[in-house]
Amino acid sequence: MQHRVIFIPGPSDARAMRAPRGLALPLIVALLAAAILVPPVLPHGREIVLATTTSTEDSGLLDYLLPQFTAKTGITVREIAVGTGQALEIGRRGDADVVLVHAPMAEAAFVAAGDGIDRVHVMYNYFVLVGPAADPAGASGDNTTAAFQRVAACGCAFVSRGDGSGTNIKELQLWALAGLTPEPSGWYKEAGQGMGATLRIADRLGAYTLSDDGTFYVMKPQLDLAVIVENQPPLLNQYSVILVNPATHPTVRYADAAAFHDWLVSAEGQALIAAYEVSGRRPFNPNAPP
Amino acid sequence: MELLQIAGLSLYLATSSTAVASLLGIPIGTLLALREEARGKRTTLTIAKAIIFTLYGMPPVLAGLLAYLLLSKNGPLGILGWLFTPAGMILAQVFIVTPIITGVTYTAVRSVGRDVKEAARSLGARGWPLARTVIEEARLGVVTAIMVGFGRAISEVGAVLIVGGNIRGSTRVLTTAIVLETSRGNFDEAIALGGILLVIGLAIFLFLYRVQQRGHR
Repeated sequence: MQHRVIFIPGPSDARAMRAPRGLALPLIVALLAAAILVPPVLPHGREIVLATTTSTEDSGLLDYLLPQFTAKTGITVREIAVGTGQALEIGRRGDADVVLVHAPMAEAAFVAAGDGIDRVHVMYNYFVLVGPAADPAGASGDNTTAAFQRVAACGCAFVSRGDGSGTNIKELQLWALAGLTPEPSGWYKEAGQGMGATLRIADRLGAYTLSDDGTFYVMKPQLDLAVIVENQPPLLNQYSVILVNPATHPTVRYADAAAFHDWLVSAEGQALIAAYEVSGRRPFNPNAPP
Repeated sequence: MELLQIAGLSLYLATSSTAVASLLGIPIGTLLALREEARGKRTTLTIAKAIIFTLYGMPPVLAGLLAYLLLSKNGPLGILGWLFTPAGMILAQVFIVTPIITGVTYTAVRSVGRDVKEAARSLGARGWPLARTVIEEARLGVVTAIMVGFGRAISEVGAVLIVGGNIRGSTRVLTTAIVLETSRGNFDEAIALGGILLVIGLAIFLFLYRVQQRGHR
């Protein structure tokens, strides 16, 4: 039978000494762990925050570039890889020092609002329209606009990112170019997820989708999706680097961020981007103005 | 080495946020239960309970977004410079874990028999000594509160992603690494990271279970 113990702790009560310790022990251990571990996580040294898109991280480009920049300058770059919409919002709040994104119109608005300065092209690749290998819409070919019109005309399933990312913004521009404004419906579905997840959904549904070519070619072996349209001018995917404006955001680390910005578009940075390959393909082509 | 650092940060964040949340939640939950019994159902107590049990269901991403706005450069706590650092992630998790520990503690203390509390009071226990007696009696439930809080903290992904930013070598934890590997299509790596997460959870559970069972043998 469970024995109920009632006690009133007092200085001479042995149980009183033991009782609270049972509960206090995990707390004490936790606090000790915190005390030991806190110093290494406090901010240290010269560092900047880069807000960028998932594609630059998922492709491995930043893991390759950033250590080389840090080795050269001693500046650590803390990268926040999110959708372009969120990256620009982080910049707009002054929580990042520099942004590397791919949504030209949103970037122009960011600069026009006084939040960014020195917007410079860094590199490009292409978006690619992918879909089921059988191509039920008959959209395959060289004409991007016609391809989008045919997908809509046949009512063939299309999965949109639907997340305000650079890819999503581009997709909506391509529909507009084709004279269409798709609404969520039987054939047009908004995934609200990243590129990898969206490709997998499109694959499962036998649907069309717009992808950046880097992510698509990395994931291609796992998918039954085929290229429908690629390498066409309307599908150009331009990445730019923008400094957060120190005049409107006085807390930004402008000098170190500018060093990163300038290095990325310098001959050295551009050569490194050109040399980066993933399984024999070059995910990004440098195109900074000389 | 990187894996060790990621797993270590996960453990550190969950332990720290659970510790802070316990220091807040256990006293609040105990106080709430004892006040309610001593003074009957008061409107203020009911409101406090409603707030706590509503926050139980607080979506972690919402807690993350609120913590982000607090810590943003122009936010009220922007001066701390905690955004995109482990300290900021702990703050976000404390938002999530404290209501859970408070609520479970409250329930546990309420379930301690009236006879025990009456006996303690009749022997002159008031305030902290009374609370300590009751907490000891409710140990099973209070340690469960810590366990549930820790489980929530270490498995949480939405808030730490927004506030931490999933920065490699700095704020990347097991859960955000799983999200990243999944989005990269590396399902095998993602599953392996998940396995490590579960092993840590098991180790902590066994540790707390021993604490819980001590004195109940």
